[in-house]
Amino acid sequence: MDRRAFINLFLGGSLLGTVVSFLYPVIRYLIPPRQAEAAAKRILAAKVGELAPNSAKLFRFGSTAAVLVNTADGQLRAFSAVCTHLTCTVRYEGDTGTLFCPCHNGRFDLAGNVLSGPPPRPLEAYEVEVSGGDIYVSRKA
Amino acid sequence: MARLWEKTQAYLEPRFMLSAVRDFAKKKKVPEHKRSFWYFFGGICLFLFIIQVLTGILLLLYYTPSVDAAHESIQFIMSQVKFGWLIRSVHSWTANILVGVIFIHMFSTFFLKAYRPPRELTWITGFLLLVLFLAFGFSGYLLPWNELSFFATRVGTDIAGVIPIIGKALKTFILGGPEVSGATLTRFFWLHVAVLPAFALLIMAIHVILVQTLGMSRPVGIGETKEISFFPEFILKDSLGWLIILAVVGAVCVFLPWEAGPKADPFSSTPLGIKPEWYFTFMFTTLKLVPAHVFTIEGEVLAVLGFMLGGLLLMLVPFLDRRAAREKRSPVFTVIGLAILAYIVVMTGLTYLAPNIGK
Repeated sequence: MDRRAFINLFLGGSLLGTVVSFLYPVIRYLIPPRQAEAAAKRILAAKVGELAPNSAKLFRFGSTAAVLVNTADGQLRAFSAVCTHLTCTVRYEGDTGTLFCPCHNGRFDLAGNVLSGPPPRPLEAYEVEVSGGDIYVSRKA
Repeated sequence: MARLWEKTQAYLEPRFMLSAVRDFAKKKKVPEHKRSFWYFFGGICLFLFIIQVLTGILLLLYYTPSVDAAHESIQFIMSQVKFGWLIRSVHSWTANILVGVIFIHMFSTFFLKAYRPPRELTWITGFLLLVLFLAFGFSGYLLPWNELSFFATRVGTDIAGVIPIIGKALKTFILGGPEVSGATLTRFFWLHVAVLPAFALLIMAIHVILVQTLGMSRPVGIGETKEISFFPEFILKDSLGWLIILAVVGAVCVFLPWEAGPKADPFSSTPLGIKPEWYFTFMFTTLKLVPAHVFTIEGEVLAVLGFMLGGLLLMLVPFLDRRAAREKRSPVFTVIGLAILAYIVVMTGLTYLAPNIGK
């Protein structure tokens, strides 16, 4: 390697190193810091008697929404309210007794299974436990 | 007064070489033929962008980009600030009209095959501007932090999240975390008022310089035609279009001021009848119709990859249409363009006329 080529390589390498040393902190700055997710284990979702038969209530479960359904025959069921298609929040429809996502018309039954529309997976079902006058919801083990 | 004008010109001339710019504008010719009407849409895009910048700067005075204050500040602008309703409505309406005019400009350029050499880069920069303005629309939509925009952002960013390999990281980067939150609002604000305008100005400058240096393209088969001067003839005709648009925007804003909508509640159900801004509805309705699984692939992944591939092919059309590059008619590409246009129109129409499709 002659002297000219060495200097070109040295200056080019220095320039590249400088650019990378400027870009690296900027790129790291743009990536959001990882924050501890509020991982809910057991949540007080409602009081007994709060929900009439064939109605539902949305509640906060960790950092996402969940839905507690009191079915027409008085059974309590809870699911993640986040649609498995594109994460819209589902709503309970009393006339059909189903959970419906208005974004792309996905529909789930009260076991969380997909009845129609584009959702690829069932809704995550949670455990429901009545303790005294309180209704608790927790993730299935 | 005339003397003052002369003195000002004499001062500026050696510093800015104004006569060179004037001579260029006078010398520059624009072909006039039966399809030259479509040339005006580029100028209308520029005009609408200028309105966007001016009204955007005015909105910055009162808008607060935080979860607790964003919606309240929009309501304050709409109800308390004098003419706030007008400034915001002009901003929102012109944003929508601008996207529509960009689509018209793009399709007219496509059908006139104006992407032929040496104008490939003009087409590509134009396509990039379309993408940037869709990003402007998407990021600006969230800023009022209302119910519709919140869920539209959730869906839109989740679409980015289904892209194989990079999707999850991309979604976290866009949202500033795992969910749509205050961090997302801050990021979208940063994108909307700083990053996207910087890129848009750069690419727009390249696009306009290319248009100015290469001139307007004559459609295939149209030989030598009558020409008019760029300045003042073409500019005067262009400004007539600008005035018509301004009148339409003014009328629409007065009779249909842009609503603030109810404040977003991340833990409420998605409202019934939700849909994104009209220019995203063809993708929205497609996502309703695509089945949950196609073979082993999830339907939405397939749809998103399809749209990305379609966009890429559209961007590269100057290199694919070899007949047009040889100044020959290319009916196959005209038919493909018509099919894309028909798809967009039908899917957009279905969004509004058959909202329960796929239910």
